[in-house]
Amino acid sequence: MTPSATLSPTREPSTLHAKGRRARDPLPGFRLALGATLLWLGLTVVLPLTALAVRPWQEGASAMLAALNDGRMFAALRVSFQSAVLAAILDLPLGLILAWALVRTRLPGRRMIDALIDLPFAIPTAVTGITLATLYSPQGWLGAPLSRLGISVAYSVTGIVAALMFVGLPFIVRSVEPVLRDLPPELEEAATLLGARPWQIVARVLTPALLPALISGFGLAFARGIGEYGSVIFIAGNQPFRSEIAPLLVVVRLQEFDYAGATSIAFILLVASSACLAAVAMLRRRAARGLVAEGAA
Amino acid sequence: MSVLIENLTRQVAGGKVVLDNVSLHVPDGAFVALVGPSGAGKTTLLRAIAGLDPASSGHVEIDGRAMEGLPPRERNVGFVFQNYALFRHLTVARNISFGLDVRPRASRPSRAEIDAKVAELLTLIQLPDLGAAYPQRLSGGQRQRVALARALATGPRLLLLDEPFGALDPMVRRAVRTWLRDLHDQLGLTTILVTHDQEEALDVADRLVVMQDGRIVQDADGETLDATPATPFVMEFLGETLRFPGVVSNGLFVPADTHVAPFSTTAVDGSTEALIRPHEAVLRPDASGGTAKRVGRRGPLERLAVDLDTRTVEIERPVSAPPSGLVVLEIAQARLFQNGKPAVENARLPIDAVTTSSDAIPEPV
Repeated sequence: MTPSATLSPTREPSTLHAKGRRARDPLPGFRLALGATLLWLGLTVVLPLTALAVRPWQEGASAMLAALNDGRMFAALRVSFQSAVLAAILDLPLGLILAWALVRTRLPGRRMIDALIDLPFAIPTAVTGITLATLYSPQGWLGAPLSRLGISVAYSVTGIVAALMFVGLPFIVRSVEPVLRDLPPELEEAATLLGARPWQIVARVLTPALLPALISGFGLAFARGIGEYGSVIFIAGNQPFRSEIAPLLVVVRLQEFDYAGATSIAFILLVASSACLAAVAMLRRRAARGLVAEGAA
Repeated sequence: MSVLIENLTRQVAGGKVVLDNVSLHVPDGAFVALVGPSGAGKTTLLRAIAGLDPASSGHVEIDGRAMEGLPPRERNVGFVFQNYALFRHLTVARNISFGLDVRPRASRPSRAEIDAKVAELLTLIQLPDLGAAYPQRLSGGQRQRVALARALATGPRLLLLDEPFGALDPMVRRAVRTWLRDLHDQLGLTTILVTHDQEEALDVADRLVVMQDGRIVQDADGETLDATPATPFVMEFLGETLRFPGVVSNGLFVPADTHVAPFSTTAVDGSTEALIRPHEAVLRPDASGGTAKRVGRRGPLERLAVDLDTRTVEIERPVSAPPSGLVVLEIAQARLFQNGKPAVENARLPIDAVTTSSDAIPEPV
């Protein structure tokens, strides 16, 4: 018999009974790890959010009431949410095609594209904003031909959507890519052997299987779109009631030294975003139902 | 549907030749198994027939129709993948009807006709009550049959199966194998099956195509393969084999091992190798021989280890009195090979199997 085998039957009951301690957690260091994580989470996430929730009320309810009666704020919220939803929806097909090309094809320059996709994550959003504003301005490379067609992108809601699509696309690609990589290529081959055309494979085989990942990516892109500031303000024109986004209005209030007003808007933005993200999470859970891992078979 | 393959070669990026000048004819109604070790090119050949892997050169014909440039979608072959590739988000019934559901409206059967077809196939695969279930609720054997029903729904006459029994446990395997063979006969299909398990292939197929390194080594029925293997590899692939190196001189094979009896042969003189199944070797008492002792027993057979001084070989024979005294090994039934080729044409044939490979294919009824 090994030493541990001889020791364990005698030692464990004595620890349990003599000291009356709970049976040990199956994972070593579980409590310590959980405690540290919760503390860290509390300090970095919960505490600032609590401060944000408390601040508007410090000078009475008047600031919040004023914010809730401010048509400019509601217009800004509407611009923010509409643009974020629209941009995330427009990103979905683009992201799906990009992810599919990265996973399933042997495109020349695939690695280059792969690296480029993350670029919107890395470059400062202000740089993005200036770049897009230059590109889409009536004199820009894209703006000039578009304005001749009567479409003005810069300094309008269209510009906001263009900017948000740029920063949101990597979220879709990076959400879908790993799931698609795990999806056996035989699914597509089986479908084509059964007579399905490419668009039918996308619609009937790929999209349902990738739907949870697509919704996740949509949620991330949408959330980023709500919070996006730097890349938007240069291209949006920022006309109140028309192309002013909510984060900008927060900054405007701050510059007016209206701290209570700024935090009131921020708080309303927080509540609205949380509700939207909760809805997205619910949608994803519903889509994931019935898509349990296929296991060994 | 007959399949004709002529000089098919496939070279993948990097220069590796995965199919090397393969020619094969599968007549209408035949059940053929592609066997060989992994990496032999069996699956590649199957995929080339389906049009999933393009060939570098060569010719594929299905039912007399050239397949070059015809996409897999239009070949109407039933294909069952090793991992079944069922659509997880669809019920069993919708999985089976997929091939009908995706047809353009003009050629698509009505909803009622599709439902009737699904019900018919569910009965055929003996899962009449599982139409509404999702694939992940099914066992491996059930998934396998659903994949088969899905492949059959569009009415293909050619069925291609890639290791269809790979993920099943041994008991289910045997049952599914028998059922598949019955189905093949009942529906009048032409079936090509890929497997690395030679026993499975011998069990279910009319004809075995043994592949090695992207080439077809031998194409014959089981008995012919056993009686006249084309290479030592075929002999060893089909079952346990004992090898005896030696020399043929003046019509006599003289083994290099001690205690192995020489025997006469029509092979030409030269370095020769004798390959024999353990149950074909015979022990003969001989005062100058080696010892033999029993090392195991399975059913009516026992295994004996025969001491040849430099090595020990194990033979099989019906259980009898343990050998007393010394013995020599008689291996006159061995197949002789010189430079990897049979040393004697049709060296040793069972009385009822004196046929060449291509004549041995049973014609469909």
